[in-house]
Amino acid sequence: MKITATQRTAPTQPSSSTLAIETRGLRKVYGEGNTEVIAMQDASVSVRQGEVVALLGPSGSGKSTFLTAIGLINPPTSGQIWIGGELVMDGPRAQTDVRSFRRKHIGFVFQKSNLIDFLNARENVQIAMELNGISHRAAGIRAQELLDSLGVGDRANYEVSMLSGGQQQRVAVARALANHPSVLLADEPTAALDSFRGRQVMELFRDVARQHGAGVIVVTHDHRTLDAFDTIYEMEDGIIRVSKQPTNF
Amino acid sequence: MNLAFKDIRKNLGRFAMTTIGIGMLLMIVMGMAGIYRGLLEDATFLIHKIGADLWVVQQDTRGPFAELSRVPNSLVYRAQTVPGVASAREFVFHTIQREHRGALLRMSILGLSWPEDKGEWLPFVAGRPLRENHFELIVDKSLGLELGETLRLGKDQYTVVGITAGMVSTGGDGMAFTTLLDSQAIQFDSPAEAIRLERAARDNRGQGSEVFLQQPQLTQQLALPASQLPAIATPSLSAVLVTLKPEADLDHVQSLIESWQDVSVYTTAGQEDLLVQGIVDKARKQLFMFRVLLTIIAAIIMALIIYTLTLDKIYAIALLKLIGAPNRVILGMILQQSLLLGGLGYLVAYTAGTQLFPNFPRRVILTNEDLLQLAIVVFFISVLSSLMGIWKALKVEPNDVLMS
Repeated sequence: MKITATQRTAPTQPSSSTLAIETRGLRKVYGEGNTEVIAMQDASVSVRQGEVVALLGPSGSGKSTFLTAIGLINPPTSGQIWIGGELVMDGPRAQTDVRSFRRKHIGFVFQKSNLIDFLNARENVQIAMELNGISHRAAGIRAQELLDSLGVGDRANYEVSMLSGGQQQRVAVARALANHPSVLLADEPTAALDSFRGRQVMELFRDVARQHGAGVIVVTHDHRTLDAFDTIYEMEDGIIRVSKQPTNF
Repeated sequence: MNLAFKDIRKNLGRFAMTTIGIGMLLMIVMGMAGIYRGLLEDATFLIHKIGADLWVVQQDTRGPFAELSRVPNSLVYRAQTVPGVASAREFVFHTIQREHRGALLRMSILGLSWPEDKGEWLPFVAGRPLRENHFELIVDKSLGLELGETLRLGKDQYTVVGITAGMVSTGGDGMAFTTLLDSQAIQFDSPAEAIRLERAARDNRGQGSEVFLQQPQLTQQLALPASQLPAIATPSLSAVLVTLKPEADLDHVQSLIESWQDVSVYTTAGQEDLLVQGIVDKARKQLFMFRVLLTIIAAIIMALIIYTLTLDKIYAIALLKLIGAPNRVILGMILQQSLLLGGLGYLVAYTAGTQLFPNFPRRVILTNEDLLQLAIVVFFISVLSSLMGIWKALKVEPNDVLMS
């Protein structure tokens, strides 16, 4: 992993073919003139395949802006995003069908569970796979397996509103993992979980990273699980800096 | 996985109530078309059923159903002499309103040409055709009379001997059939005092007339009711119905009779056209405008409901976009719900309508053509109704989920 402070404007080849995520000089500006706010500047991050990265920082530091930019939800004002060696964002311009790309390559887990309220727990996981062309039956079986592995298999047919916050979060994690994503982005995924479940989720993220070569970025305040990360970044006032270098990459 | 059904499952109560509401609205739209068809059917049913080739009516009138028509009794004999005419018969038709069993009873009376016509052609559901040339009555079941029941019409007591089904006049009133003479007696019935006064006035005028002084026997005629006076009697037929021989040329016979100058002649199709244009056309326009208005209202309500349903799941839609659902999946969900709402509403309308319409006081006829037309309209308003929801769904961004 490396951090640079340089901002580049012309797209070039990624620095390594094994990088799951690479950002170069990401900058995000909201508003203009007197109301201009720089939410993120010169954010250049590389995450290797199989690497699990934590992003720490106080509220308003730009963590979510960074995460949503990588998630191709919130385009940067400038800078480039490479995922799996493919240039996907060059400034605010998408270089690919971002929705299709998200569906195939990116898994999300957010602070709030973000489940679809008119689907039950299993269907919430199943839909992500069905959208990716997996058959209804196969998707249902894998959804049940994922829920079982996260300890909510017995709640598979429950309405979302009947699940506790922790259970909902585990269903959201199952959905994020459903399509074997090459990039997993999580915004405080363990906030609603007890320490056991929190650690279990982090272990799961590590497994996904190791087994499928996915790059995982987790925004977290949960210091109980920091030892599970390969690399730790801190973000403040829109600027990213590394606080723990990877040892095993 | 069908997201439209999943969402409906979650909001089943509201969706069901909305469907019923839309269904009721569509039922009224359906009913309006049915009422028009009923009017049309009522207006032309009798003409069809009577089955004459030509209708000879008072000159420059539009026939007995459209306005008052009076032709003399002798017209029957004149018509019979025309080459190509197989038969000619009297037609008397009028509407009366009487009190019976404490309630108003409105009926249209048609005189049958006894003894040639005893009403065998009528669609009987009970009883029999006429057997006597006086004081027997065949009535439509819509009048609510029973077999053997008697009712007083004019100065005479009539007995119901037969019940028909679906025999209504152009105005939707139930029909009653009796012999021609009886129907005329009912039509020209006058109170005794009125007859006395008329005779006295006539006698008084006669006293000063040279003709009556020279021919005293004429004064005997003055004692008869006006309708029976040969010289001055009011023409007592409504029309003469002509049936042609199979080989006769309709246009030729029509032009021959029209050349008499005192009558107008219509074919059955002509009579129907006159009725449709004169009686039914305004009602048709009025009903059509109501149908358009109600269809627009149904479309607006459907659009609002679909829009509200879309707003309710806007967060879920943003989430679906977040996990990569293509627009077609989201638009398909909204469109399917709209079509389902329209389709089920249509089904409710049809089911409720077929149960309720037979109880309406006038006939409501649902034709396949009208049902198909409404189904197509419902399809289009369902699609249109979904547009507002689709527009809203297209606008939402996945980022909205995370910012909320």
